[in-house]
Amino acid sequence: MFAATQTGGSRRRFLLGLTASLVLLASPLLHASELLTFDGLYKSNTVLGLKFADRTLALKGQTVRLRGYMAPPLKPESKFFVLTREPVAICPFCSSDAEWPVDIVVIYASKTVLPTNFSERIEVEGALEVGSFIDPATGFVSQLRIRDAVFHKIN
Amino acid sequence: MRFALAPLAAALCAAAFTLPATAQTIFPLNRAEILAGSHFDLKVEFPGLVDASAAKLSVNGKDAATVFGKRAELIAREDGKDVSSLILRGARITKPGSYTVTASDGTNTRSVTWNVYATPAKAAAKNVILFIGDGFSIAHRTAARMLSKGYEDGKLKGKLAMDEMPYMALLTTQGTDSIITDSANAAHAYTTGHKSCVNALGVYCSRAAASLDHPKVETLTEIAKRSGLSVGAVTNSEVEDATPASMVAHTRRRSDYNDIVKMFYDSKIDVIMGGGSPNFLPKSTPGSKRTDDVDYIEQFKGAGYAFATTKAEMNTAAADSKTTKLLGLYNTGNVDGALDLKFLKKGSVSKFPDQPDVVEEMKAAIKVLSRNKKGFVLMVESARIDKYSHSMDPERAIYDTIMLDDAVKAAQDWAKANGNNTMILVTADHTHPVSIIGTVNDEAPGDDMRNKVGTYEDAGFPNYPAPDADGYPNKVDVSRRVRMVFGAYPDYYDTFRPYLDGENVPGIKNAEGITVANEAYKNVPGAVLRVGNLPNKGPRGANQGIHSGDDVLLTAMGPGANKVHGQMENSDLFRVVAEALALGKPMAPAKK
Repeated sequence: MFAATQTGGSRRRFLLGLTASLVLLASPLLHASELLTFDGLYKSNTVLGLKFADRTLALKGQTVRLRGYMAPPLKPESKFFVLTREPVAICPFCSSDAEWPVDIVVIYASKTVLPTNFSERIEVEGALEVGSFIDPATGFVSQLRIRDAVFHKIN
Repeated sequence: MRFALAPLAAALCAAAFTLPATAQTIFPLNRAEILAGSHFDLKVEFPGLVDASAAKLSVNGKDAATVFGKRAELIAREDGKDVSSLILRGARITKPGSYTVTASDGTNTRSVTWNVYATPAKAAAKNVILFIGDGFSIAHRTAARMLSKGYEDGKLKGKLAMDEMPYMALLTTQGTDSIITDSANAAHAYTTGHKSCVNALGVYCSRAAASLDHPKVETLTEIAKRSGLSVGAVTNSEVEDATPASMVAHTRRRSDYNDIVKMFYDSKIDVIMGGGSPNFLPKSTPGSKRTDDVDYIEQFKGAGYAFATTKAEMNTAAADSKTTKLLGLYNTGNVDGALDLKFLKKGSVSKFPDQPDVVEEMKAAIKVLSRNKKGFVLMVESARIDKYSHSMDPERAIYDTIMLDDAVKAAQDWAKANGNNTMILVTADHTHPVSIIGTVNDEAPGDDMRNKVGTYEDAGFPNYPAPDADGYPNKVDVSRRVRMVFGAYPDYYDTFRPYLDGENVPGIKNAEGITVANEAYKNVPGAVLRVGNLPNKGPRGANQGIHSGDDVLLTAMGPGANKVHGQMENSDLFRVVAEALALGKPMAPAKK
């Protein structure tokens, strides 16, 4: 069920599993990146659009962590998935309602993604990219992306 | 309705004798009812490649080019495939009668017969207000009465406003592809008078690859505006969603939201209100869902629209006597439903604290539209009856049904005070498999919830508090509450309780893509796992409730409403509107 060990999350889990001492050494380094929250990504969310928080803009290009839920993938065998604040009940491309929340973050994993359980919370880590971008394969429009990402399940 | 008999005979002949497996398809389809003077695309799809010299198209035995004043264009290899088609965009017939269209590829011949109808020359109604409760089924209506009126000595203490309308019909909702419709296809039937297929708006479903290439039929907005009327659509869904979009859109795919925003703009529809702002914002604006840099809010403003993002702004704009066009976008997603908006304050109410409800939207819309002395057409949708039935959240669906009825009441009052020349129609686009089977009584003995379900005389009457002035009880988590059940469902946890913390999310896909019950409800006291009876995998795997194919009720009042009776096709509603407003005058072909 939990597939992150075979995907972008594999490297860290391998390290974690290697030896306790290595974990102790590695943890501070691995977790040096800033943990962002969905609530903190924007300073305002209005009908006329979102405004990025100053911290979001300041972290552009840097490695960050963000916790959320993987939405059912738009394409199989892809490095691309959408991270949402809450579990997405409706696969927007399966029904005809293209009803994504506006505050989604697009994830480009470092490896092909095997889906997690979509009701399990995950933590994603990678380089933060800010600004409008259209995914060439799916046409999906995003404002925030985390690239070269790894992810793992959290409790 | 009476007018379908002759084409029916033709259809039976066509089906029995002239329909080989390889026959060409002609759009509009056989037995189409076409308003005189309305525009439509005529398309013939041949099963193989056809030489331009061999393709023949005639209407009642005459060359089609003569009849339409322009020639159909041959698409030699449609979408690069080994098939040819004929297309004639913007065709129009002004003289009423029976029209048999025959297409030949030199070997096979196929005919369809259309009925082109005119309307009375003089309009019976000045205005039409069409209410659509999305997914609004009989059980929603019964429950809305139960909560907002109550009973005494076995009789209701009052009626719903929509019950106090003299004309009623059962509408069938199936489309060209299926016995089950969706909101796009269903609303399309109301706004064009033609049948189509699931996901389609303002088009017949042809084999064209691109969603915008299918043969179009005109919408009520295009036709009514040509007659000088003002037109509006207000909803609590996103404005691009299927029902409001059906007023203007021509696409095979209802999810073409960005195209639909452009279609709203191009249609010059006078009033649009609802949620769904992200598709109006240029892609450079964070939160936009557009793929281009067009700022449609600026475009609308530039075209003379007042623009509102809150109820206060809406009321100010509507009160200004100079406002004749109004765009209101009150949420990035759907506007919150009545239970959240007025009582629980869940959903997105904290983010968008000043959203109007459907009643307030409608009142503002009428204020603006009625400034056109020629009259108006207004669609009013209570959209979330459907959405909350998909999410299997009965209380939220019932509250939005009460809201629909409040809007109907306000429209009736307005019509009475303003000349009694407004036709009011109240209907649904499709149903959900919902039913009232009794009550849940917390006081019943035992712990397991199923044995607290009261049936027959044990159901008794629910004990909701007396409703407020708008018909809403201020509490849904009462000790004896209505038990609304769903006939078709995914795996989910049945909690036997209202969802006070936010809209229900019954099912979620797991890593294998199979829908499983949402574990969030597993530990609600008394929750029971229901193993679903709907497909749980593949592209049509259901993670929520679905539409049903039951008939919907249409009630009507006002001038022209007497045409509503018996059993009708949903597409017949368009004709009732067209006749009441004289949109197909026999001797006065439309100008422009």
